[in-house]
Amino acid sequence: MSTELIPLAVLMFVVTYPSRALGLLTPWLDKLPRVGFDYLQLVGPAVLASLAAVSVMVVTDDAGTPSFHIGVEWIAVLACLGVTAWRRNLLLGLVAAVAIVVVARATGLAALPA
Amino acid sequence: MLVDAAGIAVSALGFGFVYGLSAREAGFSPIEALAMSVIVFGGAAQFAAVGYVASGLAWPGIVLLTGLLNARHLLYSAALAPYLSRVPFARRAVMAHLLTDEAFALSIGHFRRIGFTDEWGYWIGAIVSTFIPWNLATLAGVLLGGQIPDPSRFGIDIIFPAAMIGLSVGLLTGRREIVAAVVGAAVGVVVALLTSPAVGIIVGGLIGPAVGLLVPTRFAHETAPLGTPESADRFFMPGSHVERPPDDPEGSPG
Repeated sequence: MSTELIPLAVLMFVVTYPSRALGLLTPWLDKLPRVGFDYLQLVGPAVLASLAAVSVMVVTDDAGTPSFHIGVEWIAVLACLGVTAWRRNLLLGLVAAVAIVVVARATGLAALPA
Repeated sequence: MLVDAAGIAVSALGFGFVYGLSAREAGFSPIEALAMSVIVFGGAAQFAAVGYVASGLAWPGIVLLTGLLNARHLLYSAALAPYLSRVPFARRAVMAHLLTDEAFALSIGHFRRIGFTDEWGYWIGAIVSTFIPWNLATLAGVLLGGQIPDPSRFGIDIIFPAAMIGLSVGLLTGRREIVAAVVGAAVGVVVALLTSPAVGIIVGGLIGPAVGLLVPTRFAHETAPLGTPESADRFFMPGSHVERPPDDPEGSPG
């Protein structure tokens, strides 16, 4: 069984861990000025929304060129947002999102991802 | 938190399974695919690495792009730091390795909800609902994936973005957060189209909060406005900047 890619995994860890650890292991971060603290409180919603939007609206081809994507995934993500906000239950939101995509793809209303 | 954690566990199972499938298709051995999940433990970076390896990109390029893609964790780490500053250093060092999108969103939402730092909440979010399901699903995907003809038929690819947007709901307490989320998403998409998805996510995550801060306090409609004693009571954390009333010099957890 091949193990050739394990050193690559270690190198990927080496460049990932510092960004995860710097904030947690740096003592002065809990004494940020007010504006810094307020900024950090807003990071979560911004990054999570950015992740979700880029995941469903931007696709890349084999050459890595990004392009805008419109599809049923938008509706699924919005449905998850609505159900989670309404019922305060993420699991229900995920079930709604998956159900929309499955039905749309099974009935031919939406194409399978490339 | 446990309901959200269950949702995230389902997300990690689905996403991890698809990663295992993808790694198998790209020629990873089971031990290589699992090593990535244990050692790197970063879903988006692992997916990207599978694509890079399959396309023959040189290792330095893969490592560089991984660093760029995972740079957003610096924001998470900084945001969680005030809550976890009293946890012993060694445990914080382990926490850092387990800091993912899911662990961040679950734990900071939980800390805000209960009003104080709950270390067990972090471990549950990071290990029980993410690390264990992710690695089990990776193994299942790489070992059993050949028997599933077309997994995208089952909508597995939608689980990750849906989970991210669902988790952000728990962090919205007023118009500042909503503005930060909307601007972050819009900027992220535009920059992703102009450069790459990894850069877009980081830039959206940096600019969204800056614009959110521009919302005047009187229009913010915060249920617990930032910088007030109400906020401190709700989001109490050690070293908080909030000036407390003279009769309550230490503050009190919500």
